[in-house]
Amino acid sequence: MSDSGHKTRQRRTIGAPLRPGFAFRLAMRESRHGLRRIGVYVASITLGVGALVSIHSFRDDFARSVQEEADVLMGANARLSGDVVPGPEIEEVLDSLRDAGAGVARVTTASSMILAPSTESVRLLQVRGIDPGYPFYGDVVTEPEGAWGQHLEPGQVLVDPAVLTQFGVDIGDSLTVGTLTLQIAGTVDDLPTDVAFQTAIGPRVHMSQETLEAAELIGFGSLARHEVFLEIPDENERRAIRDRYDELFQTSDVTFRTAEEQAQSLSNGVRFLGRFLALVGLAALLLGGVGVASAIHVYIREKRASIAVLRCLGAGQGTAFLAYLSQAALLGLIGAASGVVLGVALQEVMPIVLRGVLPVEVTTRISVTSVGAGLGIGIWVAVVFALIPLLQVRDVPPLAALRQDFEPPRRRFDPLRLGAWTLLGASVLSLCAYEAPNVELGLAFALSLAVAGAAIASVGVGLMFVTRRYFPSRASYPVRQGVSNLFRPQNQTISVTLALGFGAFVIGTIVQVEGALRDDLTVSFGSGRPNLLLFDIQTDQLEGIRSLLPLDVRGESETSPIVTSRIASINGIEPDSLRSNPDPAARPEAWALRREYRNTYRSYVGRAEELVSGRWWDGTAGSEDGIEVDAGELPRVSLEIDVAESLRVGLGDTITWNVSGARIPTVITSLRSVDWGQLEPNFFAILEPGVLESAPQNIVMVARIEDPQARARVQRALVGAFPNVSALDFSRVQEAIDAVLSKVRQAVAFLGGFSALAGIIVLIGALATSRMQRLREGALLRTLGARQSQVMTVLFAEYLALGSIATASGLILAVVAAALLMPNVFEIDYTLRPLPILTIWGVVVCLTVLTGLVSSRDLLRRPPLPVLREASE
Amino acid sequence: MGESEAAEVSACGDTSGCEQAAVRAKARVERTRNVMMIVAEGLKKSYTSGGRPLPVLQSLDLSIEADSFVSIVGPSGSGKTTLLGLLAGLDEPTSGRVLLDGEDIFSFSEDGRAAFRAERVGFVFQTFHLLPTLTALENVLVPLELRGEGNEARGSAVSLLERVGLGGRLDHFPSQLSGGEQQRVALARAFSNRPKILFADEPTGNLDHETGASIVEMLEHLNQEANTTLVLVTHDLALAERADRILTLGGGRVVEDRPGEGSG
Repeated sequence: MSDSGHKTRQRRTIGAPLRPGFAFRLAMRESRHGLRRIGVYVASITLGVGALVSIHSFRDDFARSVQEEADVLMGANARLSGDVVPGPEIEEVLDSLRDAGAGVARVTTASSMILAPSTESVRLLQVRGIDPGYPFYGDVVTEPEGAWGQHLEPGQVLVDPAVLTQFGVDIGDSLTVGTLTLQIAGTVDDLPTDVAFQTAIGPRVHMSQETLEAAELIGFGSLARHEVFLEIPDENERRAIRDRYDELFQTSDVTFRTAEEQAQSLSNGVRFLGRFLALVGLAALLLGGVGVASAIHVYIREKRASIAVLRCLGAGQGTAFLAYLSQAALLGLIGAASGVVLGVALQEVMPIVLRGVLPVEVTTRISVTSVGAGLGIGIWVAVVFALIPLLQVRDVPPLAALRQDFEPPRRRFDPLRLGAWTLLGASVLSLCAYEAPNVELGLAFALSLAVAGAAIASVGVGLMFVTRRYFPSRASYPVRQGVSNLFRPQNQTISVTLALGFGAFVIGTIVQVEGALRDDLTVSFGSGRPNLLLFDIQTDQLEGIRSLLPLDVRGESETSPIVTSRIASINGIEPDSLRSNPDPAARPEAWALRREYRNTYRSYVGRAEELVSGRWWDGTAGSEDGIEVDAGELPRVSLEIDVAESLRVGLGDTITWNVSGARIPTVITSLRSVDWGQLEPNFFAILEPGVLESAPQNIVMVARIEDPQARARVQRALVGAFPNVSALDFSRVQEAIDAVLSKVRQAVAFLGGFSALAGIIVLIGALATSRMQRLREGALLRTLGARQSQVMTVLFAEYLALGSIATASGLILAVVAAALLMPNVFEIDYTLRPLPILTIWGVVVCLTVLTGLVSSRDLLRRPPLPVLREASE
Repeated sequence: MGESEAAEVSACGDTSGCEQAAVRAKARVERTRNVMMIVAEGLKKSYTSGGRPLPVLQSLDLSIEADSFVSIVGPSGSGKTTLLGLLAGLDEPTSGRVLLDGEDIFSFSEDGRAAFRAERVGFVFQTFHLLPTLTALENVLVPLELRGEGNEARGSAVSLLERVGLGGRLDHFPSQLSGGEQQRVALARAFSNRPKILFADEPTGNLDHETGASIVEMLEHLNQEANTTLVLVTHDLALAERADRILTLGGGRVVEDRPGEGSG
């Protein structure tokens, strides 16, 4: 029945005074009893806030630790670095700095095959030649103590401890490095400048600059890193150096970096990771928000009689609303405050979880900003999610005190409701944008959450429709009763579906993305792909090296010549003039213009490449267009599509290369996209054969040797016969990357666990809040003569139907989300993994049924009358 | 309320009759001023059910003098509760108007009517409707706190509870009280804001005969003492007879309007 009272009368604007004091006192009094029932939701807010606070605090801890240790992490106050030996102009600058009292120390790092003659094992290691004095800051811990100062003795090296275990040697044994055999004088146990990833990829051998030169490792075109470390404590002086020599550094391809800048970029890297983790934490918190909304919805329904009485006694809509809003805020405050405590405790755990990924020892300190933000965000999420169900308070008419079943007519348009939804949307958007690594990703995250929420809610609506439409009218009575509970008045179908489905969605997506990432990594190194990369091969060594390979792979080994080149001009304009182009859209990016290119020449398109535009030498057309460029007499070149964009060039433009002083003009006739993730020799620029053959070059070779023993034999033989050639065994790289990734996965799983736990808590809460209704119903059934087993079957049927469909809806969405995320964000092909999905489904459904039955155990244990009494209170 | 007056009321409560006559006589003198506390004019109310209008009250006119005690009786579905809801401004009529203490209550917004109720109206319900999460004392304090009277009101709330015999149960929650005790708390709450009009909806409907009788006695005494206009909806004809005037509803109209035993 609905009210048809007329509404045309002119109203006097007099209103009931707002009584915030009363509202607050009432809230406090009500909270003694009422909040206990929905208190379980506090836990879901607690988990979300805990995750956020721990991540925020950890980010702060990390940034602070890195900044505090900036000089120690670099071992100096500033550093010059480049891929070539510093030229005479840079040497002049260094001399003048030295004269002005600055400390100057060079470090040269190259990769080289090292052999341990005593055990015959061989590996590709980093070899570092170091000037005395380095590092200027921090203490190097060695075994024996103090060895760092003496390792510069000719004929001696210090090694990372991993070298000893990998080679099976000990201090005092010797290593063959290039043309020299050197004695291991000790180990470097802790070099404060180490960043975790460096040592994970390859342990190092430390020696003096003179020893490194004597070993003759660095030949033509060898990959080596030349660094000069500077001790200039005065910040102003460092700034002055940058101002004065910036141009010289740029033209000399030397990068000048201060310790603070390095620290900043390190913390930016971890900040990015931290922000991804924060999104996982935020998902847990938002799940808590959904829980709060669902709890308040039921709570307000239960409080309907009390609200009606309050209205009869003269409480205005505003006062009644405020009383219940305060309770939601109180709930948020309790949840957020306990979340902060949890977060601070977890903050201590984060460095342990992420140990091995972090470059520094992270010291923890309670961060006022993180604690404040966690508290604020927790309360805000609780309130903003509670707001929509709280608006029901206004709709409770005082007449409901006289007629409990009285329902006022629904508002056609409710600006406050619209406002509450808008506020909720805006809050979720801003939170996501605030927490995400960048605004776009945050908005995308918020959008996908909104789509997921809407989709799951519509599954709930659909579920009610379908069960009503296709009601199992032939099933036994308990089953019919259980299923009809899904669409009875005041059912919980949508809120439970939302809680369950959303939880399943978050967990399902995380599991799938993580699984796909792991599989992709395995595939990259998997069957059929090369697993041994040999580089720095001189042309005359090629045949000799081939003869070292097992017979069956000799024919299949692929070689690519590498010709180091620089850009001399583009369309006839020199780099200096190109750089000064005032139009940023036409000005090539400096890095692309300046860098030393390692070009190759070959007749075919590589495995990791796709011809996108133009035509290949043999006339094959690109996938997007097959425009044919007439190169005339000039040699043709194919550019990688991104570097072409950075250079602001396209088909038909000419690039003149400087190859060891000779100028070679080329015309761009095709553009390629390259999958750099594939471990193949890939190139920015490929010239057609017949141009560079006589230029100075070295060669890269890839081969696949299945047998690990045979792979090891090849590497050993190489060190003896061709000490300048390096070999990279991909299986070792995979181990190293796996070690680092497993740490990252551990952290993601750790925080993903929060979402899972929050989902379970929301589920328990959703069922607990509707417990009273179920109890009342069950007690009535028992009064009418239902047996325990029948009541049990009613509950079982309801929970089973609810759990299965809600979880399935969340998981189907998770599959869709993963299928979208994989190719678009992670650039990996998506394949469905049914087993983890089915496992999650089974676990959540069991959990739902179990939770439901456990929360109703009172009903089965106690006689009906006390239950009815309790339910009517 | 002074101690002597309290004693007087208490005495009357214990020995029926006695002082009641004196108090009623005093009230009657005042009623000669002919001040109408409740006036309903052309009051209609219909609901829509199954797409068709379902009339519940049909152009009802009614006036109730200040300080009088009026019972409304009638069979189920005759519109008693609907009328009570409209007179108290808990619901809006389809047409017509209601003047309470001279104010057209439907010229106020819903919040305006709430403010009016806080100032001048009290309620007693069949199912007591105490707030289950508040103690007896806190329940009585609610109307006072809604008027902005905080701590200073506590004394009068305590004294009201003492007068209904619950001085020792101030901190008990409704679930710890019997039905009769809960209704006594509800009475104390109804009078706590010193209302001009008190609406009672089947106040004894959920109580046994004996407890119901004691509640009615209490209600009458508190009412007379506070000079409140009492409108009582009931099925219980014996209870209805205690009023000054009995209105019988049938088919959405007043079909009988006669004096009750209280008028004599």
